[in-house]
Amino acid sequence: MPILHNHPQLNKHGELQHLLTIEGLKKSHIDHILDTASSFVGISDREVKKVPLMRGKSVFNLFFENSTRTRTTFEIASKRLSADVINLNIQASSTTKGESLLDTIDNLAAMHADMFVVRHAQSGAPYMIAQHLNRTRSDVHVVNAGDGRHAHPTQGLLDMYTIRHYKKDFTNLRVAIVGDILHSRVARSDIHALTTLGVPEVRAIGPHTLLPGGLEQMGVRTFTNMDEGLRDVDVIIMLRLQNERMSGALLPSAQEYFKSYGLTPERLALAKPDAIVMHPGPMNRGVEIDSAVADGAQAVILPQVTFGIAVRMAVMSILAGTHA
Amino acid sequence: MKLHIKNGRVIDPANGIDNVQDLFIADGRIVAAADGFTPDQTIDASGLVVAPGLVDLSARLREPGYEYKATLESELQAAMQGGVTTLVCPPDTDPVLDEPGLVEMLKHRARIVDQANVHPLGALTVGLKGQALTEMAELTEAGCVGFAQAEEPILDTNVLLRALQYAKTFGFTVWLRPQDAHIGRGGVAASGPLASRLGLSGVPVMSETIALHTIFELMRATGARVHLCRLSSAAGLELVKAAKKEGLDVTCDVGIHHLHMTDADIGFFDSNARLTPPLRSGRDRDAIRAAVLDGTIDAVCSDHTPVDDDEKLLPFGEASPGATGLELLLSLTLKWAQDQHDDKEKALLLAIGKITHQAAKIAGLPAGTLTVGAPADVVLFDPDTLWRVEQAALASQGKHTPFLGFEVAGQVKATIVRGRVAYQR
Repeated sequence: MPILHNHPQLNKHGELQHLLTIEGLKKSHIDHILDTASSFVGISDREVKKVPLMRGKSVFNLFFENSTRTRTTFEIASKRLSADVINLNIQASSTTKGESLLDTIDNLAAMHADMFVVRHAQSGAPYMIAQHLNRTRSDVHVVNAGDGRHAHPTQGLLDMYTIRHYKKDFTNLRVAIVGDILHSRVARSDIHALTTLGVPEVRAIGPHTLLPGGLEQMGVRTFTNMDEGLRDVDVIIMLRLQNERMSGALLPSAQEYFKSYGLTPERLALAKPDAIVMHPGPMNRGVEIDSAVADGAQAVILPQVTFGIAVRMAVMSILAGTHA
Repeated sequence: MKLHIKNGRVIDPANGIDNVQDLFIADGRIVAAADGFTPDQTIDASGLVVAPGLVDLSARLREPGYEYKATLESELQAAMQGGVTTLVCPPDTDPVLDEPGLVEMLKHRARIVDQANVHPLGALTVGLKGQALTEMAELTEAGCVGFAQAEEPILDTNVLLRALQYAKTFGFTVWLRPQDAHIGRGGVAASGPLASRLGLSGVPVMSETIALHTIFELMRATGARVHLCRLSSAAGLELVKAAKKEGLDVTCDVGIHHLHMTDADIGFFDSNARLTPPLRSGRDRDAIRAAVLDGTIDAVCSDHTPVDDDEKLLPFGEASPGATGLELLLSLTLKWAQDQHDDKEKALLLAIGKITHQAAKIAGLPAGTLTVGAPADVVLFDPDTLWRVEQAALASQGKHTPFLGFEVAGQVKATIVRGRVAYQR
């Protein structure tokens, strides 16, 4: 007796109404976003770094969890699309006054918001907002800017943009994701994107304490030995290890972690000679990555940031319907 | 008050009865047919099933302390609408039911509302804190039918050992939901591929099995009688089966949600499917369904847990666990029977047994049967009428259930408590 629901991020025509997760997106959705992003990459190099695609639109950055970096990139992307941006740090305001999450959304929607960019510590929070808006205000869009451990779709897309930029073709790649997969929304979004785009081998590398169960069902090969996992890979995606996880029941110490799973030049040499090294930032040098690698010729960590702006511009303009 | 219920299909699993026959009630009890029985009221039950009023082993009424979630009035009305005439309520109220006075007050309130029979479980430890034993003998005198820790596992195994020894001394039953105090703490969904994908923290099966191993070992040492509440996993049920075979004095129940749903029903983070224990895999669900049939599971309960909007309309991990269930117990148990294709009639008798006399036996109550002389708690229902589970259709103050929108069969037409028609549709 199952009740079938459409995915809340798609409208009844199967088009993107919100961007909540990469899981379930068609390859054509992802290609369209990446193609659109590539048309925006040049804009940031112009003297006037703006296009008028979202002029008159209001984008609300709703950050229920702190993040300077992601919030800033969304803010820049909105401004380059000529949208008005309102930054709200919700932790510090309404929820502490007892206003519910959906009350906050209703109030902001009543101020004629066109788009919410939502970051929340709870997995699924942007779904709840999107589903509420689907019932009440079908003209407002939601972009998930990271929810709990669940998804960080724009990061996943900018990672795909980066890989496409350097590797062109996804269908002959080996990609390794290294580190705290258990708590990483970036890893989950990357995995869904990579498998959707036809990458034949996605690897996850980490100690058993940081590898969630069920990765195999997501099409991932798991490795606990870093050297074995890196052998002959084309792309290495390093994950940030949160401070609070560096010592305790998951890991004994940052030093031991670096010894077993830190990306050093010696380990990088196990990958293909033209392998690229990615990191969603901010990096812990000497914990998950050696400075010689982070600053080395194979690192594409700063280009990731640049591409991130274009990818977020693409996502927002596509959702807003201002980019065909 | 004399009542004559005629032409109904009387199903009384305790006595193995499934016949079209008449039922007679006088002075609040079931009586034998006799010449010259002159009823004050006659109910024509043609086309209806006449069964013992349902016995629900886990229904939170939220009083005292959580009246904003539900009140005795609202929930006992829901019980009537669901055909539940006897219910056992866990002690996790505020204050916790750990003192005789509180139990007497609750029983007194229930008597005033005068609908379903309310039988509280007392707290096994003071404040459910897992440190000091409660006055179990006094609490039993006040009306407790057993002792439980609700959702608070005991950290100190030595305290659990002492609690079982003490309960054994007086022949009390200890009701425990098997869950490890540490593994899976803070988890909101069953560990597995779905929780990993959705990024939800998990509760592994071993949280249940480790606790079961501990409980069984303590039962061997103490000889105490334990009722296990709301099993959730295939592996857990295997252990229960083995313990029963070994001869341990153990019974177990399962909640209606776990009889039908799996973690996949969480869908897109539907907080209505946020339950404790969490919904598990299809394999676990299938094992639960089989265990109802083979008798490993003795009773099915509603696990009625009304939650208000403010605590449910939240991101999945922040939402309060629980769902309303009193009004779904009958339909969802019947649904299980309907799905047993080999012998539907036998399955129906068996299913009704799990929500009547078998449940009553666990709680040590003289309910759940239509034996002559038994209290006249009776439900009349149409097994074929379909109804849609909608918020407006529910009398309970709790309007949240993962079954919202489902169409289910089995509608209560009348509920009789102690010989009085307390509800009629």
